[in-house]
Amino acid sequence: MNTSPRVAINGSPTVLVHAKGLRKEYGSGEGLVRALDTVDLDVNRGEAVAVMGPSGCGKSTLLHLIGGLDRPSAGQLSVAGQRVDQLSERALAHLRRDEIGFVFQAFHLMDELTAQENVELPALLAGCTPSEARARATALLEEVDLADRSRHLPSMLSGGQRQCVAIARALANDPEIVLADEPTGNLDSASAFDVLRLLEALHAKGLTLVIVTHDERIATTADRLISMRDGAFVDETWLTGGSRGRLDTFADWERLT
Amino acid sequence: MKSKQSVMNQPRQARRARSVRGRALLLSRLVRRDIRHHLAQAILLIVAIAVATATLTMALALNGVTSHPYLVTRAATKGPDVVAYLTAASQAEPLIHASGVAASSGPYPVASAVLHFDGRTAGALIEGRSEASAGVDQPEVLSGSWLRPGGVVLERTFAEALGVGVGGRVILNGRSFEVAGIAVTAAQPPYPNLCWATAIVSLKIKGGFAQQFQGACANLNFSAEGPRSVGLVWMTEPDLLGLASKANPILDYALNIKLDDPDEAQAFADTHTFVPGQSNYPVLSTWEGIATADALLVSDERGVLTPGSILLALLSIASVAVLVGRRLSEYARRVGLLKAVGGTPALVAVTFLAENLVLAIFAAGIGLVAGWLAAPLLTNPGAALIGRAGAPSISPSTIVGVVGLAIAVALVASLVPAVRAARSSTVDAMNDVARPPRRRGILIRMSRKLPIPALFGLRLAARRPRRAVLSAANVAVTVTGIVAVIAFHADVNSKLSTASGLAAGGLSDPVVNRDEQMLVVITIMLVALAVLNALFTTWASVLDARRSSALMRALGARARQVSSGLVVAQALSALPGAIVGIPLGLGLFKATVKSGSLPPPLWLIATVIGTLVAMAALTVVPARIGSMQSIVEVLQSEAV
Repeated sequence: MNTSPRVAINGSPTVLVHAKGLRKEYGSGEGLVRALDTVDLDVNRGEAVAVMGPSGCGKSTLLHLIGGLDRPSAGQLSVAGQRVDQLSERALAHLRRDEIGFVFQAFHLMDELTAQENVELPALLAGCTPSEARARATALLEEVDLADRSRHLPSMLSGGQRQCVAIARALANDPEIVLADEPTGNLDSASAFDVLRLLEALHAKGLTLVIVTHDERIATTADRLISMRDGAFVDETWLTGGSRGRLDTFADWERLT
Repeated sequence: MKSKQSVMNQPRQARRARSVRGRALLLSRLVRRDIRHHLAQAILLIVAIAVATATLTMALALNGVTSHPYLVTRAATKGPDVVAYLTAASQAEPLIHASGVAASSGPYPVASAVLHFDGRTAGALIEGRSEASAGVDQPEVLSGSWLRPGGVVLERTFAEALGVGVGGRVILNGRSFEVAGIAVTAAQPPYPNLCWATAIVSLKIKGGFAQQFQGACANLNFSAEGPRSVGLVWMTEPDLLGLASKANPILDYALNIKLDDPDEAQAFADTHTFVPGQSNYPVLSTWEGIATADALLVSDERGVLTPGSILLALLSIASVAVLVGRRLSEYARRVGLLKAVGGTPALVAVTFLAENLVLAIFAAGIGLVAGWLAAPLLTNPGAALIGRAGAPSISPSTIVGVVGLAIAVALVASLVPAVRAARSSTVDAMNDVARPPRRRGILIRMSRKLPIPALFGLRLAARRPRRAVLSAANVAVTVTGIVAVIAFHADVNSKLSTASGLAAGGLSDPVVNRDEQMLVVITIMLVALAVLNALFTTWASVLDARRSSALMRALGARARQVSSGLVVAQALSALPGAIVGIPLGLGLFKATVKSGSLPPPLWLIATVIGTLVAMAALTVVPARIGSMQSIVEVLQSEAV
């Protein structure tokens, strides 16, 4: 898919993610599965992009590639000016640590660490002092209204609270971009709304967001909606207007249900 | 979301400087929490390493264990620096007046006799003594009193082997004597090594010591009782002379010598043993030589403990390797998570290694303390000496050796898994997905004919092949341990029965008793390790299959079918593991003990069958407990 004229060209300081001819294949021979089929994508700084599509269409694979969790089979991919497809494992780890925050559907919190310690984890990995990491984690947990749950283990938190902790963790190192993979997929409506409000706040701050979702209501809060099928982009829509109204719509829907 | 000046609204901070403290906190936190989270595995790992390190500690602690009690005994009995065995009393004069001699006692006549007590028969080496206390080598009476006419004193280990106490009557060459007392001495090796030591020590030490007992024991007839049945008896000189006859003459005379400088004992013995031009020259032995003979009691024990500890250490390495492999399987999600939030491959590897090293060092500490506490039980210097070995000294080299072994075990077992964890795919690790079944026509056709438990068991094994292999490896280690212990037991028992045969006449052999005691300790440790391995394998396998089991129940399978399926899955990995364990166990035994007879094949077959039955039984229990859990709870808890 060609990028729209609205999107800055590659090399511009406004482009945070640049993918060209991105491909991801699994297996070989007759068993070859092309999870991502020659995808081009630019994501600007501060932009919120939602990716939708049926299960197995390659949404999560795209997110994993952008996040440096997996390596592309072919194509070019740059994130924050770094060629992800050419980075060493160590450099990829640094990229994930310093530039990217992840929010997963399954939360992926460390079961044995408290909420506070989970949020401190990336900061300590990045080389913060214990006191810096603690202060940052405390502030972030306050932001997500979980200050009183900071000493709880994930097993003692509700799904929504766990996801909020995961969001706080994603922000621990002030990332350039947050990648969210079905962030509300495991949540009830009320919790999903809380998570959406958080993501909205991040977007308002100017943080770049890429959200993979099945839920159209979440997708409509983004600046741009990309639809995928069979590993390729099949549609791309720029959504206009402020996000506030759409969130209200979601809240109305949540009240009705 | 709060509207105040939000941390999220602050401008992006500059990258922070690296903090060693932060990294250290993170590492220690991850290690501590994971150990606490997987406590059972951690305990098992600690036990496996602690067993090896405790045994090694005991083996190292046995070194020099008799030296302190010997010195105590030597001081209490005014022990001689040199004992001279003379063929004639007249040979004593030049020695008594030799340069460097501070004091002496004797020469005392020595004769042999056949001793009977309560249906037991033994050889006795009898020393004729004065009723008065001697200035050099005055045996320390521990019960009863010193000599009197018609009353004899027995060396303590000899009296214990005979089962005679003060007031008992022994028959010496047909004459009855009352046991007046029980005593110890530092001038003679104890029963059963009084004469037996000659053969062993002559191989180990140089100098007059070996010759001494040739001199003292050479004329004894061992045909009836065997060389290990000779003990020491003291009686008054007139009684001894009355006992001697033409058929049973005085063998020689013992002269106890105290030197100005005890360290010169060997030099003194070397100088005076050989007298040129004299055919019957004196035989001299030193106090160091006697101390060595005393230590034979323990060194024999070491002969059982050393191969036993090597066996345990090797088994421990194997157990730890399998455990660590298993830990890694369960560690996969954690690895993915750590990498996703920015953990480098090095950090992942270091965390995994650090965790196992911390456990290893902790286990080494436990092993050191356990070995240190247990060693006195095994290193009792024996009845021949007074004073106990007490807690053996743990030298820095022992600590280094034991901790080094623990770290080596952990490193050898963890290094490859740690590197593999570091290099694993982040996404795969995070999802920790089971291998999708291969849909081959023949397999599908075959599976249609299988009963539900077999089908379930096969699927479990096929979907988690790595875990099935680890289970097989665990069973192989368990069976290796059992086979090795059976072989070790059979071998030591055959050696002990040979040794017992040397001490005929119905006497108990303290060396054999101690060896048997040691064998029991080694066996308990090996069996404990094997049982723990088996428990862990079955328990972990059932836990791994929690979700699949719940799903099967959700689809209508009965609890019994699910349990049977788990047993089938266990058997699929246990059978090859058990079969492989037999040659491994025999190989391990052969590599450790070098020579030795192998156990009968029937025992080995019984081991395989017994292991399979035990594994099945151990699987059923947690499977049944698991089947009592709510299906919904299991499926929900495992889904996230």
